[in-house]
Amino acid sequence: MDNAAMRRGWVLWAAALAVYAFLYVPLTIVVAYSFNDSRLNAEWVGFTWHWYQVLLNDEAMLAAAGNSLFIALVSSLAATALGTMAGIAMHRYKLKLLTFMVLTPVAMPEILLGVSLLLFFIQVLNLTLGMLSIVLAHITFSIGFVAVIVRARLAGMDESIFEAARDLGASPWETFRYVTFPLILPGVVAGGLMAFTLSIDDFVITFFTAGVGVSTLPLHIYSMIKIAVTPEVNAVSTLLMLLTLTLIVLASRFAPDVLKGKV
Amino acid sequence: MPGCSCVTERVQKFASGARLTKWLVSGPPFLFLLLFFVMPSVIMVLASFRFPGEFGGLAPLTAADPGVLQGVTLETYQFFFSDPIYSRVFIKSILMALATTLICLTMAYPLSLLIARSPKKSRDLMVLLVILPFASNFLIRVYAWMIVLGPQSALSLLVNGMLQWFGIEPVHLLFSPFAVLIAMVYVHLPFMVLPLYTNLEKHDPSLLDAAQDLGANAWQRFWRVTFPLSLPGIFSGSALVFIPVLGMFAIPDILGGTGDMLIGNLIKEQFLGTRDWPFGSTLSIMLTIAVLLIAWLAAKLAGSRGSYG
Repeated sequence: MDNAAMRRGWVLWAAALAVYAFLYVPLTIVVAYSFNDSRLNAEWVGFTWHWYQVLLNDEAMLAAAGNSLFIALVSSLAATALGTMAGIAMHRYKLKLLTFMVLTPVAMPEILLGVSLLLFFIQVLNLTLGMLSIVLAHITFSIGFVAVIVRARLAGMDESIFEAARDLGASPWETFRYVTFPLILPGVVAGGLMAFTLSIDDFVITFFTAGVGVSTLPLHIYSMIKIAVTPEVNAVSTLLMLLTLTLIVLASRFAPDVLKGKV
Repeated sequence: MPGCSCVTERVQKFASGARLTKWLVSGPPFLFLLLFFVMPSVIMVLASFRFPGEFGGLAPLTAADPGVLQGVTLETYQFFFSDPIYSRVFIKSILMALATTLICLTMAYPLSLLIARSPKKSRDLMVLLVILPFASNFLIRVYAWMIVLGPQSALSLLVNGMLQWFGIEPVHLLFSPFAVLIAMVYVHLPFMVLPLYTNLEKHDPSLLDAAQDLGANAWQRFWRVTFPLSLPGIFSGSALVFIPVLGMFAIPDILGGTGDMLIGNLIKEQFLGTRDWPFGSTLSIMLTIAVLLIAWLAAKLAGSRGSYG
């Protein structure tokens, strides 16, 4: 390598390191200050578990966390079932309309889905906003993500396996039960984990479909941030990061491609 | 088995079974999305032509009381175009999306190039390191900037110390357009890195060797080989950043000042604040049209260039 090339290499590395620093410094500060013995997120005073104790005694926060878990569980199960069907249908039958309906909610700004669902729930279904409306909204935006992952899994497969199953006399259900499903299972699990994470994390769509009675973890964090910056938010942020990290590790076990940005 | 009717029967049975399977598989997601995605979108279009209800929501289509506004109207659209304040918010949002996209591109390009040219073994890790912060909750990533840009933060003290040294009045970093922009970049950066990297990774290195053999210097090799080939990645990454920024309401809401409203904040205000749902729907439709234009443009630009998409 000549000198000019070495210099260019250094420039690239410096730029890349700056970007990585930009990505990690703010979050590192959030985590660090969750252990800081000071009400202000301004300078390091000393180590404490205090904010985690505050968090564990914050009943509104715990209730919101419980709601979030329940909503994520129910909506990700439903979205996994519907999204898997959609992924198979998109792959096998190349239905243009269905593909459009599955992918558009993923691509459009969240606020549009949020307000149109708000309008629909109130004006057409006459539904009182709450758990049900949140769960329905979460299923709606999660289906696409599951479908895309399942379809990607199917796309990498040899079609002749399914033909072989049919030639050997398997009914469509048997083909699905004993051939297709076991093969796509890793994609289904990864899609389900993705849907769960998306639901737990969602703020915008929940914000419009939650009404006044029910709060979720992101909604609760939002209202806390709007009032004041307190290290309790740092503590709950740190715990949430740990949870998401665990889910990512799990998802990577089942479908390594999801993490490589190839979906 | 004798006779051929049995075979045709089996074939028919199989065909009808296949058709049944098709409906069983595509029916449920189709119906669900028809109900909870297509219907709400249609309702929103219809709502934009209605009058607002007295206590929020929509006014009834027909009312017994003749004094009540009823029926359909183009009023919301006239209102949108008659008051320049709304066009100004739209233009401001588009400028914000443009600035975010350009900064993301400037930051993502060298990084993506480096990842694409790194040994295969380290690539996945380098990409993972870009996605990982993106996996933490969106609000947490915004909140992080409240701390970093807060009035007592090291960054604020440093910036204001320098300004003081030059004899300039101290500034508030938080609750400013600058805070909104930096968080927009922070939240959307991975959307730019991933498509760019996916594109750059596919470039054939022998093209650069050929360019070098033909006497192109490093600068020329980049601008005349790498950059043109990466345009599809640039366009898809730009769309992935531009579109969500255009509709964002939470970041200006948390990190912006009172004057930093974007389209998203306007829409939120109509639906949850003043509760003028028809006008909120009109604004949403205007946003949808803007998004569709951008998506179409990006797809057209990306599609018309090379096969590295």
